[in-house]
Amino acid sequence: MIRINDISFSYPANKSTKQKIVLNNINFSIQNGEFVTVLGRSGCGKTTLVNILAGYLVPHTGGIFINDVEVKKPGRNRIIVNQENDLFNWMTVFENMKLVSNNEVEIKNKLELVSLDKHAQYFPNHLSGGMKKRLSLARALVVNPNFLILDEPFGSLDHYKKDSLHIELDELFLSTKKTVLLVTHDIDEALFLSDRIIVLGKNPTTIVSQFNIKFSHPRKANIKNSAKFNEYKNKIKISYK
Amino acid sequence: MKKIILIFLFFFAYHILYVLFSLANYFPSVFQLFEALLRNFSSQEIYLHMIASLSRILIGFLIASVVGISMGLVLAHYQRIKYLTFYIELLRPIPPIAWIPIAIIIFGLDNSSAYFIVFLGAFFPIFTNTYIGALSIPTIYKNIALSFQINEITYFFKILFFFALPHIFTGLKIGIGMAWMSVIAAELTGAQSGLGYYIQLNRLLLQTDNIIIGMMLIGIIGNLLQKLIDITEKMIVV
Repeated sequence: MIRINDISFSYPANKSTKQKIVLNNINFSIQNGEFVTVLGRSGCGKTTLVNILAGYLVPHTGGIFINDVEVKKPGRNRIIVNQENDLFNWMTVFENMKLVSNNEVEIKNKLELVSLDKHAQYFPNHLSGGMKKRLSLARALVVNPNFLILDEPFGSLDHYKKDSLHIELDELFLSTKKTVLLVTHDIDEALFLSDRIIVLGKNPTTIVSQFNIKFSHPRKANIKNSAKFNEYKNKIKISYK
Repeated sequence: MKKIILIFLFFFAYHILYVLFSLANYFPSVFQLFEALLRNFSSQEIYLHMIASLSRILIGFLIASVVGISMGLVLAHYQRIKYLTFYIELLRPIPPIAWIPIAIIIFGLDNSSAYFIVFLGAFFPIFTNTYIGALSIPTIYKNIALSFQINEITYFFKILFFFALPHIFTGLKIGIGMAWMSVIAAELTGAQSGLGYYIQLNRLLLQTDNIIIGMMLIGIIGNLLQKLIDITEKMIVV
């Protein structure tokens, strides 16, 4: 279980700006194998939260606990898949994977899992946006982390590419049973993928509501047209306000 | 083909100026130049001078590359020691030619002086470009290395070095030009071989045609060295 315990964070004042409280007493936990989404508008502090979870930033209060052990530094037990391209463009697909794992069998398995096994000798620049995201996911999965953090991973992709990746991602997590935290501002994406959605408010960022999403896995594309999906969507929009 | 036309145009312009300004007392004609070129290339001497200059360049430039790239990466990565760049900033404006007397005092009149001068000429552009390139590595790559617990050696050789590589090649291209200029300057003053020495010797012998042949060779070889780095860059940088 991952426990985010009473996290607060503020950026210090400087010559041109006052001290800015970004996160205020954020508390939630994620059960093993659960897919949780943190939903919030742009600029609400989602990326700051992600950076704290990954260990790149130190919170002013509170801490992160994985199976009741506090984690303070970045590590292979929690890996981020970023919105930006985080692949090493001078290395082939296989070399990107080999950099983080020496287990070649596992590398091949993960590349097969994301359908990139035939592209092992390609450079990232020769892959499409969706393939790059799948490679980032495969690289994250190959080290077998306890916890996977997806920071708006599909933010730079078009609508159609996103839809097909959502289905692939859902299948992927059903088969790997990983614990996942997705951070996004896209309500449809959050609803399609998550077991639970945590909505963040702004100035300073606090948790304003939580929703358990009761769609069974694997999820089909047509649930986006269902009445239940729209009902959830309206509730989330109201809590946003 | 374009280059052949450009070379022909150059000699044509040279000939026009030669005739218009009646330069026969000072400069050789185009025909005398070709004659000198054939004479030089049929003797062994010019090849020995070219080899002497090139070997000095090779050694001085290789040392400058290894030291410049290593220092650039290390100082950019370890921000706690970045104040050491202060010394480099102080030394950088001193032209390599100003170091020649010091080099002769320390190393004498042998090749070591020339290696040192070539090193100084090439080091600063290689260091500066590597340093700037390595400094500009995105935080996302540093974070990936932290999360996956990639060790320092792997980070340096597989991530930081390759990320900075386009900048490093810019430094190498500027560096090889500077190194070539520096070796000629060093040979003009304190050497017994090399193209710089050959020009200086022919100045004393009043052989202007040989001086121009020496200068042309410096230009051509300098250009070929740049091309060699260009080709290497295209082969390595993805």
